[in-house]
Amino acid sequence: MSTTAAPAPAPAARSLDAARVRADFPILSRTVRGKPLVYLDNAATSQKPRAVIEAVTRYYTAENANIHRGVHFLSERATEAYDAARAAAARFLGAGDSREVLFTRGTTEGINLVAQSYARTNLRPGDEILITAMEHHSNIVPWQIVAQQTGAIVRAAPIGDDGELDLDAFASLLTHRTRLVALVHLSNALGTINPVRRIADLAHAAGAVVLVDGAQSAAHLGVDVGALDCDFFACSGHKMYGPTGIGLLFGRAELLERMPPWQGGGDMIESVTLEASTWAPIPGKFEAGTPAIAEVAGLGAALEYLDSLGLDAAAAWEGELLEYATQQIAAVDGVRIIGTARDKASVLSFTMDGVHPHDIGTILDDDGIAIRAGHHCAQPVMRRFRIPATARASFAVYNTMDEVDALIASLQRVRSVLG
Amino acid sequence: MSSISELYQSVILDHNRSPKNYRRMADGNCTANGRNPLCGDELTVWLKLDGERIEDAAFEGSGCAISRASASLMTTAVKGKTRPEAEELFDRFHRLVTGRLPGDEVASLGKLAVFSGVSAYPVRVKCASLPWHTFKAALDAPAGAARQQPIA
Repeated sequence: MSTTAAPAPAPAARSLDAARVRADFPILSRTVRGKPLVYLDNAATSQKPRAVIEAVTRYYTAENANIHRGVHFLSERATEAYDAARAAAARFLGAGDSREVLFTRGTTEGINLVAQSYARTNLRPGDEILITAMEHHSNIVPWQIVAQQTGAIVRAAPIGDDGELDLDAFASLLTHRTRLVALVHLSNALGTINPVRRIADLAHAAGAVVLVDGAQSAAHLGVDVGALDCDFFACSGHKMYGPTGIGLLFGRAELLERMPPWQGGGDMIESVTLEASTWAPIPGKFEAGTPAIAEVAGLGAALEYLDSLGLDAAAAWEGELLEYATQQIAAVDGVRIIGTARDKASVLSFTMDGVHPHDIGTILDDDGIAIRAGHHCAQPVMRRFRIPATARASFAVYNTMDEVDALIASLQRVRSVLG
Repeated sequence: MSSISELYQSVILDHNRSPKNYRRMADGNCTANGRNPLCGDELTVWLKLDGERIEDAAFEGSGCAISRASASLMTTAVKGKTRPEAEELFDRFHRLVTGRLPGDEVASLGKLAVFSGVSAYPVRVKCASLPWHTFKAALDAPAGAARQQPIA
């Protein structure tokens, strides 16, 4: 374990002991194809610490009940826990008011909610939605759908060869017709960190609202929606050490209050007659039906876990891993890094001359190393770089320098097998 | 032999590096596009049919070593075969890569037997079979009409 490479303990920031962190994640002690698992597919989904697994198990073992409707002991307890998780999520995102945090199924659902509730109501023919050329499909397609429904137009600001957003081009695409700007905080395909605050300032000056896709950033950069000054921020529990099927959507209260519900059902109403209904106040208005209560319990535990590690310490460690991997991979013949922005985090996307990423993925897998090979749900990015796919190693707080070495050794094996 | 060297047999690596029949066919009378939306692999297969007989086969596209080698060996294997013979070959090939072909039948596939290692890698089965599915779509396409054959 290369724990000696961890930053020296500073009085202000907690340093991180990767070996101790690893012990919190049961799956990391398993083997794959007879080799110790080296899990470098964290941008797809992160592994779960014992605290999260136990919170979900505890809920089903000892606490299971529906929320907001029971007069009995368990329902009261479940409701309290659910509301407490929302308050914890609000603190995690830097939202001043927990009514501004909605539980969703994930980033994708959060973006679709904003598209179908906010955008569909507010966009008129000829209005523009401005996105970037580095977006994940889930921050492209929902806007294309709502554009079809409203007559609005989706425009995309280009990116440079280094995978950075072209800010000048962005600024010139931002006009009085732009009603909504939607962009990724940390690109899953390139690792680029976007200057969200600057963009939000520009967008607000033009009269547009700003949605940030925080799927990758929430666990790897830390989020403060106040400092980012975004109007909406969507993220996924399963990429931040929490369960699948649960996510968060932050929305400014004054916007959420004016938005119509996007799904109707139980729990989101104030009163229902056979003729008409009125809606519950936010956030309930946007949470129709029995929510993912167990997943919320798990997400609450994940946020607590992240808090105990210290997001700054986690981000600093991941930064060291990325820097080391970026240096080491240069020694592998024919490797080209896709995404060389100055401001990057946790994602190392690359191609290898004459070798398709799928073949890289299969040989790495044979060595117990899990990476992603493909277009990463970002086909426009692949087209921009004129490649069909990339191989992508993505880091999390429990990865080690030894694992980076294993990755590099396995890439050398890819070279020797495939020439 | 490790499963990796069984997957990437030298015949496969050779056909990946220098695929046979890798060209656009100007005088073909059947064509189809194949695509694996999961990984972005795509290829086009052209056929020249003379009645029931496949006179010529060619392909172009981008894909991994398994799919390129498979397209190369497939276009070689189906040339000169009749439509039912080629369809029967596809069936046997598909059973090979999904691990359902009895061991004593493997040799009957000739060079295509080099894909026996694929069955140990279920996610790679689509790579090996994409060219064949596309070939089948081309066979079924009315003359001159390109057929999309997405493999989900």
